[in-house]
Amino acid sequence: MRKGPQHKTLITAYFIHHIRVLLGSLGHLTRQPLSSMMTMAVIAIALTLPAGLYLALNNISGLSAGWDSSTKISLFLHANVDSKKAQALLNRLQLHNEIEHISMVSKEQGLEQFKQLSGFGDALKFLEDNPLPIVLVIQPIIDPERPDRINHLLKELENDKLVELAQLDMQWVKRLYALLEIAHRVIWAIGSLLGLAVLLIVGNTIRLDIQNRRSEIEVSKLIGASNAFIRRPFLYTGFWYGFSGGLLAWFLTSLSLYMLAEPVEKLALLYHSDFQLSALDTADITSLISISCGLGLLGSWLAVGRHLDEIEPS
Amino acid sequence: MIHFDNVSKRYPGGYEALSQVNFRLPRGKMGYLTGHSGAGKSTLLKLIALIERPSRGQIILDGVNLGHISNRQVPYVRRNIGIIFQNHHLLYDRPVFDNVAMPLVIQGYRHREIQSRTRAALDQVGLLKKEKSDPITLSGGEQQRVGIARAIVHKPALLLADEPTGNLDPELSLEIMELFERFNQVGTSVLIASHDLDLIQQMGAQALSLKDGRVVDDEISPDEALTGAA
Repeated sequence: MRKGPQHKTLITAYFIHHIRVLLGSLGHLTRQPLSSMMTMAVIAIALTLPAGLYLALNNISGLSAGWDSSTKISLFLHANVDSKKAQALLNRLQLHNEIEHISMVSKEQGLEQFKQLSGFGDALKFLEDNPLPIVLVIQPIIDPERPDRINHLLKELENDKLVELAQLDMQWVKRLYALLEIAHRVIWAIGSLLGLAVLLIVGNTIRLDIQNRRSEIEVSKLIGASNAFIRRPFLYTGFWYGFSGGLLAWFLTSLSLYMLAEPVEKLALLYHSDFQLSALDTADITSLISISCGLGLLGSWLAVGRHLDEIEPS
Repeated sequence: MIHFDNVSKRYPGGYEALSQVNFRLPRGKMGYLTGHSGAGKSTLLKLIALIERPSRGQIILDGVNLGHISNRQVPYVRRNIGIIFQNHHLLYDRPVFDNVAMPLVIQGYRHREIQSRTRAALDQVGLLKKEKSDPITLSGGEQQRVGIARAIVHKPALLLADEPTGNLDPELSLEIMELFERFNQVGTSVLIASHDLDLIQQMGAQALSLKDGRVVDDEISPDEALTGAA
């Protein structure tokens, strides 16, 4: 009884239809440029804030990564440990999977360094024998996720019978990591809230759109349009809002970064650092725009699901 | 084509728009639905188009029991029906051509076929030259004909019209009715609700008369169906 077109042409027509609706909904947006732009701008601003914070955090983490390498454990061996035993310990520790690098400062080297750095150079000449112990300098592998692991390592090293003292100054590293951890969570919280805001913005915009096109929806339902057919242009509209909002957010983030780059460089120079702000990488941009598209689609999906069923021909 | 079996429709609040309606419209036949306003004509058409569901009884449309049609399947039933409304239900944000092409777009026809079929439908109602016009610039009769073109563009098996001549003068009304007759002659079943008894007599067509939701006179059902249903 069905007088529809052939099956094969149906499939082709289906894709053509999708593309047509995709472009059609874009055209629909460009016909109301002002209101579309405002919605996009609100989405973009809502996304720029978490994206910018994320970028800032990334940069700070990058900065501290440079400091990680300066975190060292000094292993002072007992004075009676000779260089042979110390070498054996060094060889053993080299295999330890939490140690990045290890080097030995012999008694003589230690004395030499002490002479140079302490200013007691001449006074030290009067010492009969070298009172300094052999020191092993260890650069541990730092896992930002688990800063407590370094304490385990420290205890483990202290327990070695050759070791008199294992010293680590990393209180500030721990504090930094704790702060970064908090910042991370704050960004997540802000990001989630603003993501929710984007969802509501898109949802509300689509809801208004649905109301404006009420008669079109009614007529379409009367002449046999399936719900999917009616839903489609609104979903694509939501997608476009998300996509353009995401692009704009990327642009705004890059713009802010560009404006900050010079003063940051100046500041870094004052600290004798060649630190440079790093921008969003491809993966970040991809996820920013994907998240934005996803929020746009989801927002319109929610609005369409809630409001399309209310419109029935009567 | 249409078979009503003891159909009643009671609206929330207790108002019974149709009570125990039995009738049968054979395939390829043209019938009228008459009665004063409030007699239940529109409700009957709405039940066929699945805009409303009956409170009791069965409706068989083209061999399909509409009671078994889920909400998801409703669009596919409607694609076999062309519906014409008194107030046209045209979309004024797009030209005549796009209005008429809507059923084809919805059913996923290809571009070229949409073009040719839409033009053919416009030609049948004599509006081929107005395809680019905005519906708002057309007269009432022309707008109604656009609505008819949209209802027949996908060649439905059944045409339903609710007071299609309600706002038109007698001469235009006759023209519209003759248009329906022409569609009927090529095999489309047609059911037209109208309170314009003069016009119906003029057409010499058979009618189902409703009064207060009940059938008071049935000229369209075949005789054996009537006795069978009773």
